[in-house]
Amino acid sequence: MSHQHCRDFSRNQLLRQAAAEAGKGLPDIEAGMPLPAGTGLTRRSMLVRSAGLALSVYGASQLGLNVLGDGIAEATAAPPSSPVLVSVFLEGGIDSLSVLAPVGDPNYRRLRPRLALGPSEGRPFAEDERLRWHPAAASLAELHGEGKVTVLPSVGYTDPDQSHFTSRHFYEVGSTSASASTGWMGRYLDRVGSSSNPLQGLALDGRLAPALATSKVPVSAVEGPDDYGFWARGVWGDPEEWMLEAMGRIGGAQSGDPARTAAGEVAVQAGRLRRQLAPFSGGSPPAGAGYPSSEEEPFPGQLSSLAAMLAAGLPLRCVALTAPGDHDTHDDQAGDLARNLKLTSDSLRAFQRDLEARGLANRVLVHVWSEFGRRAEENGSRGTDHGAGGVGFVVGSRARGQMVGEFPGLGSGGLDGDGNLRATSDFRALYCSLLEQWMGTDASGLIPSAASFSRPRLVA
Amino acid sequence: MLKFGRPTADHRLSQATPSEAMSAVPVYSGRFGRQEAERLLWRAGFGPRPGEADKLAKRGLRGAVLSLTRPPAARLSGPAPRTEDGPLRAHSEWSHDHLWWLDRMVRSNQPLVERMALVWHDWFATVKDAAPARLMLGQNALFRRQALGSFEDLLRGVTRDPAMLLFLSGGDSTKWEPNENYARELMELFTLGAGRGYTERDVREHARALTGWDYDWREGPGPVNFRYNPEIHDTGAKTIFGRRGPHDWQDSVSMCLKHKSHPSFFVSKLWSAFAAGTPPTGTRGALQSLYVRSGYEVRPVVEAILMHPRIYDGDRVVKPPVVYIAGLLRALERPIDTGAWGWISDLSGQVLFRPPNVAGWDEDRWLDTATFRARWLAANYAIGEKRALDTDGEYDTTEDAPGAVARALAFWGRPTLSVETRRQLLAYAERCQDGIEHSWQERPYRILRQNALRMLIATSPDCMTS
Repeated sequence: MSHQHCRDFSRNQLLRQAAAEAGKGLPDIEAGMPLPAGTGLTRRSMLVRSAGLALSVYGASQLGLNVLGDGIAEATAAPPSSPVLVSVFLEGGIDSLSVLAPVGDPNYRRLRPRLALGPSEGRPFAEDERLRWHPAAASLAELHGEGKVTVLPSVGYTDPDQSHFTSRHFYEVGSTSASASTGWMGRYLDRVGSSSNPLQGLALDGRLAPALATSKVPVSAVEGPDDYGFWARGVWGDPEEWMLEAMGRIGGAQSGDPARTAAGEVAVQAGRLRRQLAPFSGGSPPAGAGYPSSEEEPFPGQLSSLAAMLAAGLPLRCVALTAPGDHDTHDDQAGDLARNLKLTSDSLRAFQRDLEARGLANRVLVHVWSEFGRRAEENGSRGTDHGAGGVGFVVGSRARGQMVGEFPGLGSGGLDGDGNLRATSDFRALYCSLLEQWMGTDASGLIPSAASFSRPRLVA
Repeated sequence: MLKFGRPTADHRLSQATPSEAMSAVPVYSGRFGRQEAERLLWRAGFGPRPGEADKLAKRGLRGAVLSLTRPPAARLSGPAPRTEDGPLRAHSEWSHDHLWWLDRMVRSNQPLVERMALVWHDWFATVKDAAPARLMLGQNALFRRQALGSFEDLLRGVTRDPAMLLFLSGGDSTKWEPNENYARELMELFTLGAGRGYTERDVREHARALTGWDYDWREGPGPVNFRYNPEIHDTGAKTIFGRRGPHDWQDSVSMCLKHKSHPSFFVSKLWSAFAAGTPPTGTRGALQSLYVRSGYEVRPVVEAILMHPRIYDGDRVVKPPVVYIAGLLRALERPIDTGAWGWISDLSGQVLFRPPNVAGWDEDRWLDTATFRARWLAANYAIGEKRALDTDGEYDTTEDAPGAVARALAFWGRPTLSVETRRQLLAYAERCQDGIEHSWQERPYRILRQNALRMLIATSPDCMTS
């Protein structure tokens, strides 16, 4: 990382780790800092043999792991039809004024003398002529052109909190309550989910996503794709492929003795599982699928695996993962932002195309969010400081594709007293709409004060 | 090992009828050749070293069994165990206790003694999370010392064993607060079986009788100075199995052994450590009678089981993971030279000193797709860099398919394989031969084939079972 994090951000990282080891206690935090949702949930590891995934399961302490394995197998057997929501977190507070740059705003160059995009860089944003897509977000612009991206140019909440941790917590729990301990998607799962299917809420980052924290039903995190390879020293090429076929054939050829026959059946199953698991291997996405390649970032591979899991019928409802990089760009913002934004946008487009090719695009919506936007005026380090209103997206074939809330502009009406963008839409209203229009359940009881938010139309 | 859970039709064991008790245990009378000796070495140990099955076959059934049950003085042959980081530190490193015992399984000239220690570890399953390594190793020494001796001595040893006192709360049980943990398992898992002739009242009264064990806690070593402390023993009258008296722990153990349900529990559970299924009815009665007549001696019962026809003409059993792994190493005469056996055994489903719970391992679930792959890894690690053929090396370019299979079988000491498995191995060997399209492939394809055949043999259903 070329830029420095603010203290708050580093602490945020520490707390995330602590949340990942929920139950082992948190490091000392300052008074008033909220505990991440899900802190203290029990965590156990299990291997979902039917799906070949190594999982951490949270909040199912009363159930045996075999019950969970059976629950997953059972849920997989019935073809899932429930809608899937994928939450993609842009960590650190992405600079919305770079993602959708207000090059047509008269105050833009004054506020961003060194970071401003050129007047003809990137593609124009069709819904507001003042804005242009960052060139690194061209893939998102392409999907937007197809009507598959709903843009929230300045989403937030009143009395914005500029602590990474607190603001993020608000988004995770779906309210501006520091003491809430369940995630907004977790409460949805508590209402509609099953007590034996931890895959219904799946974090792809290897640790519990607080937004998925439940109080009743189990949720899980992929610990790492279960590497189900059958490597043999000094065997490769065609003889290796034939060897693996022979492994199953030897198993299937047994008869007579019950123990030997049963052992053979396991070899047959192992061979079958090996073939089924190849798509979840989680390494690089398969070549030709259109996912960008990245040596360092797991994001494209995670999305590619996710598409394969959905295609395999795994019983997922809410999925959470974190996009590449951190966006806490206090200094030297331009390079990092462009690199991470490009990888994120290209991966999201590839995921959308993958779902379309698999005939799954009508079942999945992706919600892209960040804890806040950044200050309108750049700082002295070619960076930006914490702001308020930020950018959000809802991506998918079923997304309505029409902007929610307008871009408030960089004049005195658009900025608050701290020089931060005023929010023109509320994340809680967005959640209400996602719950009611996409997940098909009443938001009241899930989002505090749900009745007070007017629902934007998100789903076509 | 057979589990006694809640009583079901299968698990409800009847007492021997007088006529059964009178009859002798059947003895195998068929051919005792290499194949039978090989099976005996797997059931009563950790598989043959090269040439061992042939040697054992020459002793005949009785000679072979007695050579195992009455072994010469213990000796470990071959290089001492080590990991990549040097010699083992079984008392301090997490998986070194496992490696330490695995090494004994590989190198000992008393395979049945080590196998019996494993049987007792499973029978009196103690989990190392509860006790320091030195106490777990102390318990292991008890199991080895009492491997084939008196079950009564063993049970007394286990009842006062520090690791067990920690694991099942015996060390924290006092006359003021008797703890039922050990009392319950003493009957349910160790001597009688669940629901087989005792009541909850018996559990409570046993718990009182078993009070008196004490220890100190010292910073550093932790629990030390295990001793009997009469001050914390409940000297009051207790009623156990309907008998009233000031029973103490010795009485507790004796009454369990003399309980009418004990002999049938003992022989069925011991049988399941060596043979598939349950003992035939006549056999069970005869074994019970033998056990009681001998005064609760283990050796005669084990000898009778190992000479029983079912061992040689009965169904196969899945090798427990450590037996499988120790067997691979014995076949290759490879010492413990890597710490990898720790995590591979974990993946395989059996970490020594860490059974899943007090009931021991579930032998009905050794094999699934995950543990199968772990056994594949084990075979691949056992062959290792040293023994895998280098694809750039020299090789006989005239070797045909049967020759390739024969060579791969010889690599593992010619284990017995089913006709079906042999046919598939040959088919694979031929497929590789047919795959040779260019002259440059003649040599490397044969090397790849040989390496692959060795893996296919080691992971075949035949070699997963015995």
